[in-house]
Amino acid sequence: MPNRPASVSIVSAPGRRKGAALWRWRNAKDVSARHAMRLGGISVIVALLLIFFYLLYVVFPLFVPASIKRAGGYAVPAPEAGRTLHLAIEEQSRIAVRITDSGRAVFFDASSGNVISNVALPVPGGVRITSFAAGDPAGRLFAFGLSDGTALVARHDYRTVYADTGSTILPDIDYPLGDKPVVVDDRRRALVHLAIEEAGDETTLAAATSDNDVLLNHISREKSFLDEDEATIKRTLASVSVEQMKIRALLLTEEQNTLYVVGEKGGVAYFDIRDKQLPQLLQRINVTAESARTTSVSMLAGGISLVIGDSSGRLNQWFPVRDERNSRALTFIREFHDQRSPISAIAAEHGRKGFIAADQSGRIGLYHATAHRTLLVERIGEQAIETLAMAPRGNALLAEDQAGQILFWRIHNEHPEASWSALWQKVWYESYEKPDYIWQSSSASNDFEPKFSLTPLTFGTIKAAFYAMIFAIPLALLGAIYTAYFMAPRMRQYVKPGIEIMEALPTVILGFLAGLWLAPFIETHLPGFFLALIALPTGVLVFAYCWSRLPPGIAGWIPDGWHAAGLIPVLCAIAWLSFSGGPVIEQALFGGDLHGWLTARGIGFDQRNSLVVGLAMGFAVVPMMFSIAEDAVFSVPGHLTRGSLALGATPWQTLVRVVLLTASPGIFSAIMIGLGRAVGETMIVLMATGNTPVMDMSFFAGMRTLSANIAVEMPEAEVSSTHYRILFLAALVLFLFTFLVNTLAEIVRQRLRKKYSSL
Amino acid sequence: MRQWFRSGTPWIWLTAAAVSASLIMVIGLVSLIAIRGLGYFWPGEVLDIQYRDADHHTVRIIGERYDEERVSASRLRESGVDLTTNAEQIERYLIKTGNRDVGGLDFRWLIEPDITTIERPGDVAVIERREWGNLYGFLIALKQGGQVVAEGDQAWPALAQRLDRARDLFAQIRAVQKEAMGEVNHGLEKLRLRERMLEIRGENDPERRLEIVAQRQELAARYADLEQRLVGLSEAIARDSIVVQTADGGIVEVPLAKTVRIFRPNSMGPTGKIAHYLEKLWEFVSDDPREANTEGGIFPAIFGTVLMVIIMSVIVTPFGVIAAVYLREYARQGVVTRLIRIAVNNLAGVPAIVYGVFGLGFFVYFVGGGIDQWMFPESLPAPTFGTPGILWASLTLAILTLPVVIVATEEGLARIPRSIREGSLALGATKAETLWRTVLPMASPAMMTGLILAVARAAGEVAPLMLVGVVKLAPSMPLDGDFPFLHLDRKFMHLGFHIYDVGFQSPNVEAARPLVYATALLLVLVILVLNLAAIAIRNRLREKYRSLES
Repeated sequence: MPNRPASVSIVSAPGRRKGAALWRWRNAKDVSARHAMRLGGISVIVALLLIFFYLLYVVFPLFVPASIKRAGGYAVPAPEAGRTLHLAIEEQSRIAVRITDSGRAVFFDASSGNVISNVALPVPGGVRITSFAAGDPAGRLFAFGLSDGTALVARHDYRTVYADTGSTILPDIDYPLGDKPVVVDDRRRALVHLAIEEAGDETTLAAATSDNDVLLNHISREKSFLDEDEATIKRTLASVSVEQMKIRALLLTEEQNTLYVVGEKGGVAYFDIRDKQLPQLLQRINVTAESARTTSVSMLAGGISLVIGDSSGRLNQWFPVRDERNSRALTFIREFHDQRSPISAIAAEHGRKGFIAADQSGRIGLYHATAHRTLLVERIGEQAIETLAMAPRGNALLAEDQAGQILFWRIHNEHPEASWSALWQKVWYESYEKPDYIWQSSSASNDFEPKFSLTPLTFGTIKAAFYAMIFAIPLALLGAIYTAYFMAPRMRQYVKPGIEIMEALPTVILGFLAGLWLAPFIETHLPGFFLALIALPTGVLVFAYCWSRLPPGIAGWIPDGWHAAGLIPVLCAIAWLSFSGGPVIEQALFGGDLHGWLTARGIGFDQRNSLVVGLAMGFAVVPMMFSIAEDAVFSVPGHLTRGSLALGATPWQTLVRVVLLTASPGIFSAIMIGLGRAVGETMIVLMATGNTPVMDMSFFAGMRTLSANIAVEMPEAEVSSTHYRILFLAALVLFLFTFLVNTLAEIVRQRLRKKYSSL
Repeated sequence: MRQWFRSGTPWIWLTAAAVSASLIMVIGLVSLIAIRGLGYFWPGEVLDIQYRDADHHTVRIIGERYDEERVSASRLRESGVDLTTNAEQIERYLIKTGNRDVGGLDFRWLIEPDITTIERPGDVAVIERREWGNLYGFLIALKQGGQVVAEGDQAWPALAQRLDRARDLFAQIRAVQKEAMGEVNHGLEKLRLRERMLEIRGENDPERRLEIVAQRQELAARYADLEQRLVGLSEAIARDSIVVQTADGGIVEVPLAKTVRIFRPNSMGPTGKIAHYLEKLWEFVSDDPREANTEGGIFPAIFGTVLMVIIMSVIVTPFGVIAAVYLREYARQGVVTRLIRIAVNNLAGVPAIVYGVFGLGFFVYFVGGGIDQWMFPESLPAPTFGTPGILWASLTLAILTLPVVIVATEEGLARIPRSIREGSLALGATKAETLWRTVLPMASPAMMTGLILAVARAAGEVAPLMLVGVVKLAPSMPLDGDFPFLHLDRKFMHLGFHIYDVGFQSPNVEAARPLVYATALLLVLVILVLNLAAIAIRNRLREKYRSLES
């Protein structure tokens, strides 16, 4: 629209005043527009930068160290009930229980120590309590071993009652095997050590008598088909011998298939008790250093690993590992040595592979086994700690020291699973034969050990990008050189946008073609494909040579700058010949079956393999690299090439010695940007690979990349869990990598542009 | 020869070959999608094949040829096929035999040497059903209420009109189920939420409660009414059925209520085939998907894509333009602006999935969760905005495409000669007036280019959407007749995700494949058209200001 010139001619006084008002109004508009633009512009830019900071904000808690805070300290509640055998906390960490050697369970408020109830268990008169056992902590089961060879099995239980004013937790004791003690030793000797595990209707009790006999009791309840309440109890009894070992503790696994007898000196006897009537000694092994004694032992959640604390403050993790002969042997896995006094108690976390260990100097250490991480060592009291309990959610601990003080501390330990070694190094996971890089973030089981190694994913990402670049670099760069330097302008006018527009092709389409069309095609035409790889360049050279021998009249059919158009039918013909010749080659060299031939040589063939990904993703990055490299070559100043040609260089010499040298930063930035794109591409790898996180450099194996992993697992990841944050970490890694690579490319490009403008 | 190599000519040919190869791949890819995508709707010949199977029995197979390939004989032998010939290479055909409810499998590989005869009978019928896929066979009779009304050749003329009736009734049933009943359900849900709201606020106004109860009763009555109507319609539609003889000689009765169309491809003329083709094409773009997305149309996916892109454009355009104008016109040009420019440029290169992660964490869980706590406490714990949905998808893509718009607009602003700005200022206009009256109108084609490129990118992007709101089958559209009409919290379907889902997550990938090609073709066309439009606008813009620049 035409601009109305502001009238500046002679105006009367009221007109001038009006003019001033108008001017003020216009000025106000101008100022407010400036402020609005500044505000808007800055906030948009801030919003874009927010992406980085938000990712960082989510990832950050992974690296926050654990901390503990004192939340209560008081004298043992109800001291008249006897000495503490066992401490436990319920789910909400509000109520704790103290089980005493006089057969009482004292429930008390965890933070104040006020007694809530004091229950006497039905230990028969005239019988003494000689031992105590606690089952897997999540099951809350415990048992007293009595002096008459019997055991009383009980469970502490909590019920939450909701009322208007909030919820109240009501503690209680129940008796899964009835409130009468069960007979463990038929000869009625006193039980000096006891272990118990229960699952469903199966209970296993292991006990050691005063004369070092180890007994194994299995009680199963079979419900009658006719009457739900009526059940028959079946009991089996077996005994095992541990010879001269002085027993320190008995441990049963949650699955009730293994019994460990732990000796005072550091010996452990490892029994297979899958057959409850015929326990088998698999191994006797020394688990502590020569100079030290075993002082405390505990199983980690899941009941596979043993943690053994010794008198030098060392904590060793052991678990059974299958060897080549398929026999299991208790194996040393890793050591923690961050406490210096004898370990006096160990308590395992309920859902994770972490544990706390207390020592005789009043210190506690907080550890995570898989991550091989000492999260914290801190003094919580002056006296030696004797009993220790971990809250079910891992957010509080309860300890009793020698002087009869109960210490209640809150634990803040959100992400112990993440550590440098857990994310990037080989880790020896439970039930694995050797340390390995594994990504396996979830499973159906509760006590599952998450395996968060980013190494196989990073490897897969690099592998996919590598194969894509192998394919894309020659195609894009050679094509760009020809288009910019040799091609006839009229052809270039169509070819350049034609290739560039492919950049906009949705990668989901490339991925789908790669997965559903290319992968089966390559699988059936594998020999033909390799033949084509060799035949295409050689065929082009042969064709070019023959063409140059032709009489000038015919050779002129392809004018300079139109080679590419002339080659299209040639390439199609060569490709067609290669693919139809493939089966002949296969017949001649590989006995008609290349896949069989590969398999016989130990090379597995996945249909959706790196080759397919390389081709598809290479295709995806070609247009972008082509476009940038073409621009770089094309904008090399004309006087440079003209000068070179005038001095007698051939066009090819000019290209190699002058043009490419000048344009090399631009070509470098094309490669960088292509790499950045290949690393972050999601849909192609998601659809064209099997998405198995394996570390295999082979052409014919699949992979899982960081980006595909995010796409697959992110929707299922629980918000704020370690898994969720590690996926964010993967996204942050991708973000930083592509951002840095792109920035590098951009800076190189800008400098190049400056150089050109000065030439 | 050596001379020839030293001259460098062979290498020039090699570089030319790289261009040719790229061109072949580009053309090949587009034509592959086009041929496979468009071929899907063409009524293929139905073959009647006598085939000797593995037990040396001769079986009759009726179906369409779907695919063919040459395989080496040794591989076939290895996989347990008993071959009678000594040929090294054997042709085999994939036949779509349909009749999934009868035979279990609807595809079968046949080896060429074992095929005895192939015929193309004119009267073989293809019956497209709403469930169980296609049925191939011969029409024997037409029944009404269990009584045969027409047999053999007489059945065909009578069929057309009855099929139209069944289709009409089916449309009515759908209308009642989806629209009327959906509306009632929506009303009931709203009442439940209102009641819950009263509960949360602790209001105990009996009048309001009575009002809710009364409204609920009214809705329930309407629902019962609709149910009654539905029963009537269902009875009416169940009247007719056809009797079909299948390849194995079995007799199958198919109610017309469950058929979409019945046709005889082998006796169709060219016009009939074209009409059929266009009808199928129209069904594809306008209908809902059937059979776990493997058949029917993709209308909800087209609709979802378009709506999401529109919402995204509404968000991205003003913000992108403001940021660009600020960077180019108001900010002091220096190191900081340069750094910001590089950063914004590079954000365009950050993987899309990273934006998806950000969208899920920040928009869905953080912002959406906050909105739920604050504005929709009555429907908690069921999330309203704290779950992936079309708003979050649009916002995520808006952030993803913001750099594209900023860069394009800035480029346009930079292209406007100084003389124009100076001229405007010299005439006494303020900076804001100069911007508004001269600079922005001149830069508007550049903004348009940026927006089109952003739309093209957004329409094809799938990875982030998988995290922030796309689903394989949305029960209701994000835009419908229920107040407030645009439901920003709903999940939606998307063309790109549809390709991924149907091609890779579908239980019957083989059957769904042509549909995926057709969907891919549609998406490619949309994106190519958008990009070409952007290029055309850019070229026009360049031409327009060329005279000013010099």
